Amino acid sequence: MSRRRGRDNCPNLFYNIKRKGCESVQLFLQQVFNGIMIGSTYAIVALGLTLVFGILHVPNFAHGHLYMLGAYVTFFMMKLYGLSFWPALLISMLVLALIGVLVERIVFRPLINQAHITMFISAIGLLMLIENFVIVAWGPRAHRIQNPYPTIVRVFGITMTHQRIIVIAAAVILMVLLQLFIKKTIVGTTIEAVAQDREGALMMGISVNRVAGMTFAISSALAAAAASLVAPIFMISPTMGGLLVMKAMIIIILGGMGSIKGAILGGYILGLVEALGGGYLSAAYKDVFAFGLLIAVLAVKPTGLFGKEK
Amino acid sequence: MCNALLKVEDLTKQFGGLLAVNKVNFEVYEGEILAIIGPNGAGKTSIFNLISKLMPATSGSVHFLNENITGLKSYQVAARGITRTFQATSLFDQLRVVDNLAIGRRVRTRTRSWDAILHNSVWKKDKEETTLKVMMMLGFIGLQEKPFHFVSSLSQEEQKRLAIGVALMSDPKIILLDEPCGGINNDETEGITQLIRNIKEAGITVCLIEHKMRMVMGLADRIVVLNYGCKIAEGEPQEIRSNPTVIEAYLGGGNHC
Amino acid sequence: MDIKKILKEKWPYLFLLLVAFAVPVLVSSRYVFQVIVISVVWSVAALSLNLVLGYTGLASLAHAGFFGIGAYGVALLTRGGMSFWLALPLSALLATVVGLFIAMPALRTRESYFAISTLCFGVIIYIVAGNWLSLTGGHTGIIGIPRVTPIRLPFLTIEFTSLTSQYYLVLVLLLLTLFVMHRLVYSLQGLTFMSIRNNEVLAEAVGINAFSTKLLSFCIANFIVALAGGVYAPLMGSISPTVTMHILTFNWLVFTLLGGVATLAGPIIGAFAITVLIESLYFLGEYQLIIFGALLIVVIIYFPRGLMGIYDNLSLKAKDFYQQRRSGFKDVQRIAQSRGSD
Repeated sequence: MSRRRGRDNCPNLFYNIKRKGCESVQLFLQQVFNGIMIGSTYAIVALGLTLVFGILHVPNFAHGHLYMLGAYVTFFMMKLYGLSFWPALLISMLVLALIGVLVERIVFRPLINQAHITMFISAIGLLMLIENFVIVAWGPRAHRIQNPYPTIVRVFGITMTHQRIIVIAAAVILMVLLQLFIKKTIVGTTIEAVAQDREGALMMGISVNRVAGMTFAISSALAAAAASLVAPIFMISPTMGGLLVMKAMIIIILGGMGSIKGAILGGYILGLVEALGGGYLSAAYKDVFAFGLLIAVLAVKPTGLFGKEK
Repeated sequence: MCNALLKVEDLTKQFGGLLAVNKVNFEVYEGEILAIIGPNGAGKTSIFNLISKLMPATSGSVHFLNENITGLKSYQVAARGITRTFQATSLFDQLRVVDNLAIGRRVRTRTRSWDAILHNSVWKKDKEETTLKVMMMLGFIGLQEKPFHFVSSLSQEEQKRLAIGVALMSDPKIILLDEPCGGINNDETEGITQLIRNIKEAGITVCLIEHKMRMVMGLADRIVVLNYGCKIAEGEPQEIRSNPTVIEAYLGGGNHC
Repeated sequence: MDIKKILKEKWPYLFLLLVAFAVPVLVSSRYVFQVIVISVVWSVAALSLNLVLGYTGLASLAHAGFFGIGAYGVALLTRGGMSFWLALPLSALLATVVGLFIAMPALRTRESYFAISTLCFGVIIYIVAGNWLSLTGGHTGIIGIPRVTPIRLPFLTIEFTSLTSQYYLVLVLLLLTLFVMHRLVYSLQGLTFMSIRNNEVLAEAVGINAFSTKLLSFCIANFIVALAGGVYAPLMGSISPTVTMHILTFNWLVFTLLGGVATLAGPIIGAFAITVLIESLYFLGEYQLIIFGALLIVVIIYFPRGLMGIYDNLSLKAKDFYQQRRSGFKDVQRIAQSRGSD
């Protein structure tokens, strides 16, 4: 008997006996793959946010718009200067890192001793500024970035583009690099020190301001990377960051403010929940899962899953 | 024979590995001034926090007027008649002196939003009653010259007196004072001491934490001594003064629990 | 009730009231008139946000969601034939009940978490409004919302077809809101709200139930903003899920902050000032929102008490200057007293 593969690429063994079962497994795996890919994005964005929100205690609601700006810078570099994908992405990370430093200095540092809500509002002003700047510069419509790796690969019947695989791989690399940076380098350990005890760190001679600027730089660069990685897959638009930042906030609340592991884990969990929920339950209400999850958790544990009582 | 107004039974509080309060037992009798003393970190403020329900006890119970209040929330405890001041003076610093006092009375008023909107008889009665009580309290705590001042323009001692006044506004049966003389000079201490005597005279039981020994010895009817979370002595001032265990504790002595 | 005394002390407010009632006569441009009408609605929304945010200290970012529930409630009920005057309170009640469900989990969290929770709830309301096709018509929204049901009195019928009549309707709502807020804020209940904002631990230590107080201010604020949404629907004739978007909440937040948080005049001033500002910045075209965003950052950093704060500082400096000669303790007291009761 020759090996026969059905239209849906199911191996012969399954084809005749449990065709439906095979299809449903494939569907499931496809959703899982998509979920992991989206989850990678969420994880990176949440990582950046937890650095700033959890460690510096700055509710940077404009994080999603910095993310969006990162995608646009990459787009700009590729379109105007004809750069290829990776150099554009690196430049975007650099540019956003610089912008992050500026943002910390101008928008948030003056309000560091006031109630959190003032920084929240300042972030809202920043978000409006960025969104409308982008609209003025590139128009309100969505743009497309050329996919540098459009090749499709089929594994067990799951459709994957190279770009999507790269997103996952790049995310992992970034997370590893960040973890090494925080644990091994001097700058990284000072960030941790400030996170644990701002005043103590000050007294030890650590320049808290410098650390704040650095943290913002890393946070923004990460956002830029995440946005640029997925930009070729989805389109870029001025509003692409709005909902994302709320999801990122949910992730870090669930995972614990300031917890890097929590942000990563939470990002992947959310990605999977959304992909599976959107695939099996309701695509339209996909976004509600994130918010519903948050409410459910907060109802039980008001300080978040891994949060600590202050 | 005086009745035990407040009874603390085997009260224990554990923070992770640290036993901040360790099976403490004592009673506060109606009309007395009971002082809780002990070296720093002995668990004095923790006891107040446990009684006033700022934090839950690990085990043990608190009884007030023969009612077990261990499970209540802090605002319920206050409504029952136990109010307090805080070691780090805690006031409503965005509001004026009269507002601070008025809020202290709030629990005894019946005005709801509806009454406030309609300006009905309930609202009127509460308004008059509160105003009268505030004026009276201003005189009692000696701040009649500064009714409309904001908290930030008061001196440290005036703030302490205001905090005491706020706690007195709801006609409590017992008031817990956490270091009412903290950070003030000797003259001012005398003023507060007299205030506390006046409180006793008004029929309110006082339980206070203090470090200023001379003041405590001259003011308190009975003293409870804590060290490392345990009660190590209890009795009248002259007994405590000469108690070797107490002296050893203050000199940095060992854990006698 | 001494009429002479009221006239002497409160004449600026009476003057403003007169101007407010004379607006349809004073304003000739229909476009400006429409902007004013909308600003009045936004004032009501901002005032209610101020109650929960400015006075009680709760960052409720779901506010637009309740506005939307009020709007959708009235839209659906009146399209189904119900009288506006019944649909309005019913919708506001619905919004309050939904608010209760949201408050239960959300109020157990603190500060930033509460802001985020309420924000998320608001987004959920937006998503539901956009996707519950059978009820809300999805993203196309609801059209053909009937005008406000005429009031039939024995001797005349008040209709709400003209812009002028609609203006007076929203003006009455604003005045009612101001009245309720004023009575609330300058009462023991208002003090209670402020005590929670200032020092929740101490408030509980003197016997105030923080949870129920916060819940109360939340519910009152939601009821009022739902009323605003309820009059907005027949005003516009059609609504879409955008009336529930958090962007609206942010706008009201800016109005309140710019005008002066925890004041009664602030949100109203803010609503009008910003609307005027945006319209006058129109010549900047696409740049207006960029400047708006930048302005927001500048204001929150350098003028946190908003326009009312600037006004307060100026008037205090003026009063101090004139009082310098007549020093006496009584005058200082009077100044402090009048400042406190503003």
